[in-house]
Amino acid sequence: MSALSDNLVTFAILTYLIAMISHAVEYALGNARTRVAVASPARELVGAGVGAGGGVIPEPPAYVPPSPDASARRARIAGLVAVGATALAAVLHLAALVTRGLAADRMPWGNMYEFVLTVTFIGVTAWLVVLWKRPMLRKLGLFLTLVMVLLVATAELVLYVPIVPLVPALNSYWFVIHVSTIVFASGIFLVGAVPAVGFLMRNGYEQGKRSFPYTLAKRLPGAVGLERLTFALHAFAFPVFTFAVIAGAIWAEAAWGRPWGWDPKETWAFISWVVYAGYLHARATPSVKRNVATWLAVLGFLTMLMNLFGVNIFFTGLHSYGGLS
Amino acid sequence: MTVVDDRPETVAPAPRRRPNRLLALLRNSWRQLTSMRTALILLFLLAVAAIPGSVLPQRGISPEKVNKYFTDHPDWAPRLDRIGAFEVFGSVWFSAIYLLLFTSLIGCITPRLRDHVRSLRSRPPVAPKQLARLPQHAVLPAPAGGVAAVADVLRKRRWRVEVRGDEVSAEKGYLKETGNLLFHTSLIAVLIGVALGSWYGWSGNRLLVAGADNAFCNTRQQYAEAKLGPRVDSADLPRFCLRLDDFQARFLPSGQPESFNARVTVDGPDEPTRSADFSVNSPLRLADASVHLLGHGYAPVIRYTDRFGNSQVSDEPFLATGDRGLTGEGVAQFPDANVDPATGRRAPDQQVAFSGIYLPTAPQQGPFVRSEYPTERNPVLNLVAYRGNLGLDAGIPGSVYQLDQRQVRNGKVKEIGSKLLRKGETWTLDDGSTVQFLGTERYVTLSIRHDPGSMPLLLSCGTLLVGLMGSLFGRRRRVFFRVASTDPGNGSPTGGSSLMEAGGLPRTDYPGFADEFAQLVTAVSGADRAAERAGTDADSSDRAGVREGTE
Repeated sequence: MSALSDNLVTFAILTYLIAMISHAVEYALGNARTRVAVASPARELVGAGVGAGGGVIPEPPAYVPPSPDASARRARIAGLVAVGATALAAVLHLAALVTRGLAADRMPWGNMYEFVLTVTFIGVTAWLVVLWKRPMLRKLGLFLTLVMVLLVATAELVLYVPIVPLVPALNSYWFVIHVSTIVFASGIFLVGAVPAVGFLMRNGYEQGKRSFPYTLAKRLPGAVGLERLTFALHAFAFPVFTFAVIAGAIWAEAAWGRPWGWDPKETWAFISWVVYAGYLHARATPSVKRNVATWLAVLGFLTMLMNLFGVNIFFTGLHSYGGLS
Repeated sequence: MTVVDDRPETVAPAPRRRPNRLLALLRNSWRQLTSMRTALILLFLLAVAAIPGSVLPQRGISPEKVNKYFTDHPDWAPRLDRIGAFEVFGSVWFSAIYLLLFTSLIGCITPRLRDHVRSLRSRPPVAPKQLARLPQHAVLPAPAGGVAAVADVLRKRRWRVEVRGDEVSAEKGYLKETGNLLFHTSLIAVLIGVALGSWYGWSGNRLLVAGADNAFCNTRQQYAEAKLGPRVDSADLPRFCLRLDDFQARFLPSGQPESFNARVTVDGPDEPTRSADFSVNSPLRLADASVHLLGHGYAPVIRYTDRFGNSQVSDEPFLATGDRGLTGEGVAQFPDANVDPATGRRAPDQQVAFSGIYLPTAPQQGPFVRSEYPTERNPVLNLVAYRGNLGLDAGIPGSVYQLDQRQVRNGKVKEIGSKLLRKGETWTLDDGSTVQFLGTERYVTLSIRHDPGSMPLLLSCGTLLVGLMGSLFGRRRRVFFRVASTDPGNGSPTGGSSLMEAGGLPRTDYPGFADEFAQLVTAVSGADRAAERAGTDADSSDRAGVREGTE
């Protein structure tokens, strides 16, 4: 069962890779996307139409597509293949988690490897939900699948540990409550970071910047829609994260005798919370520019990454369950 | 903290006399402090200021690491210490940031609280003259019941409704501001809870060796380290005693711990006498304290018989060194050894001590420095014997788990040999005295503490979450309905039947408002029929009909 789980992870990575390549093909062929997107937004995906009509900003008029129909069709097929591959990868990903949990006879969140696998799974699931509601945002999938490939491959190559039972300190029902909510919130923040970066590039592009990172955003959906998605995801994840931190404090009171002790993990969770709170406040303040606010969201995600990788690798504390030595 | 508001500020009347300079300065500073920009900067500073707390060792968490940092970086450490880098979360600058932030917060929410109470008690405002200028606008056939029917529909959907003549104003989503204020007030309550805990709480750490002779009573003197809040006196500690009766630990074949259980007898004036079990994650809850199991290890029982034949027993804990095999390091000191029974005089330079390593499962071959498994499969005690003045009488506080190294360096304590002992084995020293390894006792590391702020903290965290969700997911919006005037210039396309004009204004960012407005308009125009059909199909009717590009 354990070996099956490991194989499934490998297959999932390969499938994410296929999805990423298909997205890249769609991106490259996407010269004629403008016309197709504007003309028939509702035909893009099964379930389209729920949010169709929102977030469509026409491409800058300066751009003239060379041979619209043929390459548009090919791009569309590539895009659909990419989405299908992402969905398939998500299924493999889920199967890997389930088999891992069955093999370990517990929730698969006992160490960093399992943690990253679960966070990325939540991330890809949230992405598929977003895609189902807003098919227009499909092109963000290139960045999302890139993140998935990087994180899941890092998990498998660097963080992998064989299955062991939980240490007594983790043997509590708070383990399920605290870790599941942390994982969930992290997954949503992970997906939230993708449109945030997308918005920053696209916003620059729409303002006429044509230097390197901005040109990547040429074929991204409109900045307004990206920004709105960024906010929606963060507004959703923030209370979950808050709850997770509070649940952690309740658990810490039982396990270590104090709700909050500035353990490195706790400190970085505090930093992330403050930065994301800053983002939500900045977003609600008209005098703060949207790209400044969005930078805060990106910064928040960097602090989450720091908490996951930096704290587990460089610092020792009470949360040292990563399994790395 | 600032809310998007459609009402322009009323222009302040020109000051009649020159304002006091100082007052003006104070007022401007206060405004500056309570502004959103300042709050954001303070939030950001708070996050940045917390970083050194995770990078540098902190006295409150790991004082031994701070000491190590001092020896490793003798040049940097004192400088960092001067700016409080080893006590970041109690430092002046960190406190200054969060106190300013909370002052800013209070300054921001107090007027908002006042305004909100006022708006909760006031009625929805008069409809603007030009409903067509609002973000959402629709023209619909007026329902038969007129404005009263519209008001009914809105009330059923829990809008706050005000009918003025032939127009209806309605507002909804007060929960957003209520939640927002609740969230920020809860933050203040969280801070108060933390403050209560640190003022009126106390905590102490203690090693407890099994056995009746090693029972511990909750007094200040019995703690190796105790922290009492400024408002707590030693006499305030609840009186109870703990005796460790049994400690069970189970391990996997790899040595990874699987479960722990400690059984103690609780006793004392403030507690009924009883036996109680506790473990990691399920602390022992007493009336005014809780006992948490933090660690465990072995205390070797060592009997030393001096050259006069007097024997003494030591069962000091050997502190776990942190490896999986539960290797322990410690010392057994016998300052009263070699007292001549004839004269009764102590010989300070004839004191004896043994420092050593205890391996619950020693490897088959040396070096015997690291245990292979945490249970006692092959217990071995590796002792080094010392004789001389141990320095315990000098009155200098020292660790009971370590030999005073100054005495060793001064040559006042001399090493006289080392030996590997198994359980029951005896080692005869050069002067004919003997040391015997009798066996081991278990010991546990306990954290005993009382935090009166934890309940307020928990409650305020609960209200914080509720408030946060209201604040993030609540949406303040207004709708207005007006029976259209019969003025032909108004351009009503269907002459004859009476028309109604509707306008909607989302007061906060709300992408779904167009949908809601469309549904509302459908519901209102179908109000008569809906009353007959009981179930309204407003939800499934054409949503996109009235939407405008808000999404």
